[in-house]
Amino acid sequence: MSIELKGITKKFGALVANDSIDLKVARGEIHAILGENGAGKSTLMNIVYGLVNADSGKVLVEDKEVIINEPADALKYGIGMVHQHFMLIPVFTVAENIALGREQSKGGFLSLDEIKKKIKLLAEEFKFDIDPDSLIENLPVGVQQRVEIIKALIYDAKVLILDEPTAVLTPQETDELLSIMRTLKSKGTSIIFITHKLREVQDVADKITIIRLGKVVNTVASNTSQEELASMMVGRQVDLAPNKTEVKPGKIILDINNLSVSNSLGRKIIDSLSLQVRAGEILAIAGVQGNGQSELARAIVNLEDHVSGSIKLDQKEILGITVQDSLRAGIAYIPESRELDGLISSFSIVENLILDVHDISPAAKKGRLNPDYINDNSAKLVNEFDIRAQSIFDPASSLSGGNKQKVVLARELSREVKLVVASQPTRGLDVGSIEFVYEKLLAERSANRAILLLSSELDEVLELADRIAVIYKGEIVGEVGSDVSREKLGLMMAGIK
Amino acid sequence: MSQLNALQKRRQSGVVTMAILLVIFTFIFYVTSSRVEPVIYSFYLGDEWKLISEWEIGSKSGVMIFLIFALIGVTISFIQFKNNKKITLGSLMFGFGSIMAFLSWAAAGKFIPLTGLLQAAVLLAVPLIFGSMAGLLCEKSGVINIAIEGQLLFSAFVSAVVASLSQNLILGLISAPIAGALVSWILAYFSIKFQVDQVILGFVINVLVLGLTNFFYTVLLVPYESTWNAAGSFSAIPIPVLSKIPVIGPILFNQTIIVYLMYLIVTVIQIALFKSKWGLRTRAVGELPIAADSVGIDVNKLRFRNVLIAGAVAGVGGAVFTIGAVGVFSQSMTAGAGFIALACLIFGKWSPKGAFIAALFFGFTNSLQSNLSIAGVPIPSEFMLMIPYIATIIAVSGLIGRVRAPAADGIPYLRGTK
Repeated sequence: MSIELKGITKKFGALVANDSIDLKVARGEIHAILGENGAGKSTLMNIVYGLVNADSGKVLVEDKEVIINEPADALKYGIGMVHQHFMLIPVFTVAENIALGREQSKGGFLSLDEIKKKIKLLAEEFKFDIDPDSLIENLPVGVQQRVEIIKALIYDAKVLILDEPTAVLTPQETDELLSIMRTLKSKGTSIIFITHKLREVQDVADKITIIRLGKVVNTVASNTSQEELASMMVGRQVDLAPNKTEVKPGKIILDINNLSVSNSLGRKIIDSLSLQVRAGEILAIAGVQGNGQSELARAIVNLEDHVSGSIKLDQKEILGITVQDSLRAGIAYIPESRELDGLISSFSIVENLILDVHDISPAAKKGRLNPDYINDNSAKLVNEFDIRAQSIFDPASSLSGGNKQKVVLARELSREVKLVVASQPTRGLDVGSIEFVYEKLLAERSANRAILLLSSELDEVLELADRIAVIYKGEIVGEVGSDVSREKLGLMMAGIK
Repeated sequence: MSQLNALQKRRQSGVVTMAILLVIFTFIFYVTSSRVEPVIYSFYLGDEWKLISEWEIGSKSGVMIFLIFALIGVTISFIQFKNNKKITLGSLMFGFGSIMAFLSWAAAGKFIPLTGLLQAAVLLAVPLIFGSMAGLLCEKSGVINIAIEGQLLFSAFVSAVVASLSQNLILGLISAPIAGALVSWILAYFSIKFQVDQVILGFVINVLVLGLTNFFYTVLLVPYESTWNAAGSFSAIPIPVLSKIPVIGPILFNQTIIVYLMYLIVTVIQIALFKSKWGLRTRAVGELPIAADSVGIDVNKLRFRNVLIAGAVAGVGGAVFTIGAVGVFSQSMTAGAGFIALACLIFGKWSPKGAFIAALFFGFTNSLQSNLSIAGVPIPSEFMLMIPYIATIIAVSGLIGRVRAPAADGIPYLRGTK
């Protein structure tokens, strides 16, 4: 089935997310939409799927105009979508999730037999190992994604939208997904593939449409070079290879021994993990999302509850002290979610910059805040970290993702720091901000600080790290140098040593 | 010993708690007790087939028998814990044994009409069951219902007034769910359409209903009592054969039509929630509304409808207070039953079955309390009344298992947000 978008425009307040976007996808075509985070890709697809309504523009299916006001309409026209955040209910079984919305009843009772049969057929066809009766919350992310794909296919999707499907996958799982996409294509399904990863695009797409700042930059063939694609995506020449100077690693700053972390249900998330980071080196923890990275970062600053083992910072045990003491012992913590953990969105930039030191001199004196110092210091940091804001008294929520991250960096790195724990520090950032974060992390490295980088972006890990430790199901599978091949790293990320 | 996971730890602490309590009970009820007068338990009310009518046993011997029973319960729990199985059966035996041991101790020299006590327990539990079903229907679809109290009170009022004016109890019973749904409509309209905070809204509704009913009570029901507040009440309908079964018969099958309606509603909800299309959608909307939306389910419409149904269910429960029992309306007569119903819902882990059992337990302690104070047992009845609340706190603190509310409970759904 072919699908065409004409002049799709969507504004959120003053922000133009989509600016008269045209797009044409032929039957059986894999059409990649390439763009940076915030370029408007997801908004566009949510419009096609009916989760967001456009201000103006047309959607044509098989050259006929259709009105899509809600997902039910999209499903009716054969448009299916695998969302970046899966639309699966964790406490439901596979069959229940897939049946939802098109349930069959027998005598008033829900009947799942037919849907189970269909799931088994499709699973066989695509060689998926899926049991219709297993609970979603017990399935690995890769399998959940396949459930989503089956869900779309059972709904008879002729056009399948995949929104950043590879973000949660290992390189091997990614390859498998790409081959599934090719199979679907051979059966006549059109696929719209949203991503910001150039390699995948070149690998699988027939056509590539590049979107920047809500506008279509160009639609090109898949033999376009990566450099060209990147510069169209970003709007200028990019060189993401950062400038790494030679630094000789010093003494051990972070020494973790036999660390175990359990969640509130008693399940072990991290199991007897040991690692060391020296001054002046970057140790990257590579791994697929959800293998214990977040918990590891949080455990180091004592944000986790059920922890055992030992964490030494510069030879002093810090496990079990308060978060505040951990930070003041010399840890800079860049949390995974800047909106939830890094900032208080409704607070001003000024206030966010003193969250960590608001109760001690010079920010506070005799129990009162010291506005002169606080404001001067904020102005200085805003300047130094190039935080783009109308005023330092604006709420953090008014900032772009990149500027929010700069506020976090400015606060965390302005303390006396021995160790930087950076958890997914560039997630969701534009290329300019990514460059800035890299620059700052490398500057810390040059200043002889120890850096623990937790990242699920392979490129980032390979470019920044001095050493790479791969984490899988809460354990370190192995440690390699930064000259390791992608394939080897990918296998390790899947738990194979 | 190998490390225990959280579930095992909870079971372990359950077994330990029971063992400690058993020691304390043994000490109070047996070792230090100087009560020797016998307790008379009566089982016979009059209409059912006679199996035994009374059982007389010395206070100390009774305590001993039931404490041994409780000990067996603890032992079974321990064995089950060791075998990594559920400790429910043992806990129930422990609970039963402890309560009976307490009764044998407390009622020394007294007469305990056990069947009557249990019959009253069911009756007291009925409004709680309707209330907790109302809470369940809302919360499973993601709307917090604090307004159960208001729904109960308003429908108690309306059913009494309608039944009085028409001199027709059936009309009164029909008006009750309509009244409950009306109160629910306020909750649904403002919380779903305008995303007003559900907890605050529910509370406001309760205050509103209290004020309204108080006002009309003073200006209409008191001065014109004979026309406005003389509804009368349903009489019990014994079900043939079933009501003749000793002990169980009078308790379960010699009740009013509203009680039978309650059996029906609980059964329907329990089955529908887990075995029907509506149930699947309701639970989906309460867990992850955006997922339901993405497959074409109208989240807010479903929620709206569920909240209205919930109001109707609570409405029937409200009728219990007036035309189901005393026959007249009096000021704030629901006396917090709506909040206790909410506690039942939590105690019952958001399942119809669980809430039903929890409500029966609450009804039982309430009935026990009034029976004991009538019998003249020297324990302040306020202490007895505290038991359900203490039990709820223990339940919520996780002793009886993981208590988990629906994930999207209380979060308004707006497309385009999460």
